[in-house]
Amino acid sequence: MTAKQELKKSIIASVWFMFLTFPIMVIKVNTVTHTIDWRWHNMALVGIGSFFLSMLWRYLLKKKEEGGKKDKKAGLSFIQRLLQEKQFALPGILIITLITILFPHIFSMYQTNIMTSALIFVVLGLGLNIVIGLAGLLVLGYAAFFAVGAYSYALLNLHYGVGFWIALPIGGILAALFGILLGYPVLRLRGDYLAIVTLGFGEIIRLVLENWNEFSFGPSGIKNIPKPGFFGIEMSMQTTTIYVFYIVVLLVVFTIFVINRLKNSRIGRAWVALKDDEIASQAMGIDKAKTKLRAFALGATWAGMAGVVFAAKTTFINPASFTLWESVIILCTVVLGGMGSIAGVIAGALLLILLPEYMRDFGEFRMITFGAVLILMMIFRPGGMIEDVRKTYKFEK
Amino acid sequence: MDFEYFTQLFFGGLTRGSIYALIALGYTMVYGIIELINFAHGEIYMIGAFTGLIVSTVLTMMGMPTLAVVVLAGMAAIIYSCAYGYTMEKIAYKPLRNAPRLSVLISAIGMSLFLQNYVLLAQTSDFLPFPSLVPEFEFWEPYSHILTSPELMILSTTVVVMILLTILIKFTRIGKAMRATSQDKMMAALLGINVDQVISATFVVGSATAAIGGVLIASHIGQINFYMGFIAGIKAFVAAVLGGIGSIPGAVLGALVLGWTESFFTGYISSDYEDVFAFIFLVVILIFRPSGILGRSQIQKV
Amino acid sequence: MKKRCKWLAVITVSLFTLAFVGSAIAGDTIKLGIAGAHSGDLASYGLPTVNAAKLVVKKINESGGVLGKQVELLIEDDVCKPEVAGNTATKLVSDGVNVVIGHICSGATKSALGIYKNSNIITISPSATSPDLTLSGEYPNFFRTIAHDAVQAQVQAKYALEVLKVKTVAILHDKGDYGKGQAELAQKYFTEAGVKVVLFEGVTPGAVDYSAIVTKVKSKKPELVIWGGYHPEASKIVTLMRKKKMKTTFMGGDGIKDDTFIKVGGQFTEGVYATGPRDISKNALAIQAKKEHQDAYGSDPGAFYDNAYSATLAILNAIQKAGSTDYAAVVKALQTEDVETPLGKIKFDTKGDATGIGFSVYKIEKGAFVEQK
Repeated sequence: MTAKQELKKSIIASVWFMFLTFPIMVIKVNTVTHTIDWRWHNMALVGIGSFFLSMLWRYLLKKKEEGGKKDKKAGLSFIQRLLQEKQFALPGILIITLITILFPHIFSMYQTNIMTSALIFVVLGLGLNIVIGLAGLLVLGYAAFFAVGAYSYALLNLHYGVGFWIALPIGGILAALFGILLGYPVLRLRGDYLAIVTLGFGEIIRLVLENWNEFSFGPSGIKNIPKPGFFGIEMSMQTTTIYVFYIVVLLVVFTIFVINRLKNSRIGRAWVALKDDEIASQAMGIDKAKTKLRAFALGATWAGMAGVVFAAKTTFINPASFTLWESVIILCTVVLGGMGSIAGVIAGALLLILLPEYMRDFGEFRMITFGAVLILMMIFRPGGMIEDVRKTYKFEK
Repeated sequence: MDFEYFTQLFFGGLTRGSIYALIALGYTMVYGIIELINFAHGEIYMIGAFTGLIVSTVLTMMGMPTLAVVVLAGMAAIIYSCAYGYTMEKIAYKPLRNAPRLSVLISAIGMSLFLQNYVLLAQTSDFLPFPSLVPEFEFWEPYSHILTSPELMILSTTVVVMILLTILIKFTRIGKAMRATSQDKMMAALLGINVDQVISATFVVGSATAAIGGVLIASHIGQINFYMGFIAGIKAFVAAVLGGIGSIPGAVLGALVLGWTESFFTGYISSDYEDVFAFIFLVVILIFRPSGILGRSQIQKV
Repeated sequence: MKKRCKWLAVITVSLFTLAFVGSAIAGDTIKLGIAGAHSGDLASYGLPTVNAAKLVVKKINESGGVLGKQVELLIEDDVCKPEVAGNTATKLVSDGVNVVIGHICSGATKSALGIYKNSNIITISPSATSPDLTLSGEYPNFFRTIAHDAVQAQVQAKYALEVLKVKTVAILHDKGDYGKGQAELAQKYFTEAGVKVVLFEGVTPGAVDYSAIVTKVKSKKPELVIWGGYHPEASKIVTLMRKKKMKTTFMGGDGIKDDTFIKVGGQFTEGVYATGPRDISKNALAIQAKKEHQDAYGSDPGAFYDNAYSATLAILNAIQKAGSTDYAAVVKALQTEDVETPLGKIKFDTKGDATGIGFSVYKIEKGAFVEQK
């Protein structure tokens, strides 16, 4: 392709975008004073911007295509190879352990707080990863299980004075029950029908919490949820923050451990088989209903536990924390990170939760950048940041 | 039961259902062809409403007669929505044609966020008053409080759009190409159909109906803001699934059923649990008909 | 894993001891803490308070301070989040504040108040309107210079009964924290006043249209519709009501007493009632406070500015009158000494609410809110 053609294409793109953004970027009407503000400088900006961006865009797309052809086979990225090398495993784990232990002491309480929230989303992402990444069931109402966990701790504590450590497994079990409750009727549904029913389920849970005042105290929520205790010792604000941080870290480690074991277990392989081909796996003797329900129940358990920790961390919950938007964000962490891959989901969750937090400096441009990042990431890395590497078995004679 | 009350709820539900239908059509058409839940479709509806407002205000200030303003603003809204739909497909979905389906979904979510915030930044976060494009007119006097003139306008426009769309899909060249592509993309391509063009056309047509819905509802409730597309989009999506996603008559039927469900539930029971009921209804329908009311049941192949 | 647990224990214990060692050292200034949202989405509600306190303190310091001591401001951000507010409060207490102006949001205030109460620190909020902050009697250290939400519902009920003379009312809300709370209070006070509540329902914010609920309201034939929530939904509902030729009176709270409501609803909002803080635009001190802000910052003051200005004046006046920063003495001074503020002459009742401030009823006439006497 010649430079002239390139130039022509960019000019077309530039004109097109100037046309496209004309009413919204250029004209601003004031319906009260009946005046129009013509902002022509915006048009110039869009024109020049799209001229250069379209060049960059085509260049990157071309590069992506070439790259795709070249190393289809050797497509493992640097990080993936790093993860597979056994010799880096031990020092890697040691370094990460050291950083997490020291983190709350090096950084301020604010940073620790943000990190704790991000880690809660790591647990959520890993939990959803069981349902979506492994079993291939698209769930759009995952926040419902999160809500079940959070409310079970808050309500049990309010009515019966149940402590954090007892509520943690109870929250998980209750969420699992809800998972089965949801999973049972939708066993026959596939793909997007499943997605929309789970979306509905999530909304039902939220709306019930919002409207049923006698049960959940409605939109004003539940206050004064106690922070986790440490053998009955009174702790200062700062110590508790750090303590909660460590609890979440332990929960993350536990989650990783369990999922790693699950992935290569009988159930895990059954999930993957079911995801790839339902009929073939049924023919191989996999009980479809049981396997799917297990995925729902196990996925929900983690959300429930994360919910309990969330309630204990914020000490205040209301239905506004469990909207469809939360479900969508959790889904994004899984897909953006790399479906099925543990390291990927962790990276995805940290990126998605920390990015908007640290982008506060961008001020009003925060969310628009976030949207653009999602699109660009998907276009240039459709498999996620760290793609899952399937275990391959070689048949040796 | 009071018959007048019933008819009012009936027509209220019908109006609401018509709006859902106009948005749901875009969802279902796009889904029928590339199996993508276009999360950003609600934003197209919002952009249509915004363009309509901006153009109509500018034209009114220039002193155009009302009829000309309505026609021109409506046309501008449709043209711009189509342009946005087209561009959106080219940027966010086309490069992902062979990617995993969930990646496209995330890209759509990103697009939705981007467009919302684009309008927020370029225009305003406030609610803006939207002029009544349809002048209030008196008709059929003793019954006009049952069905107001804007509601009548919405209903008749929806009917016209449906008829036009049916003609487009059934009898035109591009309509036939769309049907062929949705049945088998590979086969359609082999038969000489330009699949990329068909997909673009689908986005354009879907965006046009959404824009019509956006302008109609904005002029009915009298205000718009950048967030209006999100909830309407979700509801329309539910309607499309209820009717059987991918099926055009299904989307209309699903939308009307959803509109009536909400309206009657609010009217006879309580609006507190309006949405809860709508979703429970959806779940029940899908349990008995897993592919929606009019959806083709998917044949599983080994 | 075991190793980490040990580490955890060691660190927890060592930090624990550190917290005790670092006790506060009293200085020779009066430390005034300012806590509220200074960043994030709700910053526009918190920053005017900071400006107000700065202006008042500057003026007082220039004229010799309080009890001969200079007043020092300690400004801490809580982003209006309950979990952060606890941290903020702890920080202020450990820095040795004498009194606190704040917090801004009710939720954040609740989570911070326990900490102040344990340390005997008086807290005075310019904007937290949740009724049980004062009415529950749980926080004797809490005062505020804004009327709580229940007052608003009482004003609405009284006006509806005495002026509008209604016998039936329909109450709608937007299912949100603020809206539903308001609606519930309205329900309580209207029932107490003997008005029949024929409908109490929430609508879904952002729904495509509200014709079903409007039809329902119409069939119940109430004489008045009370709205709990913000203005966007309210204007949609009013517009639809008027389009359906319903002439029922519509009344809302301070959530709709916003010029945007009139702007968006246009002609349909004519005759709508709204309750809002009493009009103080003719108060000499309020005019002066506004002018000070314009001189210092070159812009008009924001939300709760007058309330914050008054809170700062009231607390510094109380310390002056009490002769010390002693908890009991200052509380007594707050409750007994009248002080001139932009909100008028105020003091505080035993629960902590300011007397002499409150809500008025406004009616939209010719596209503007007109106070009803």
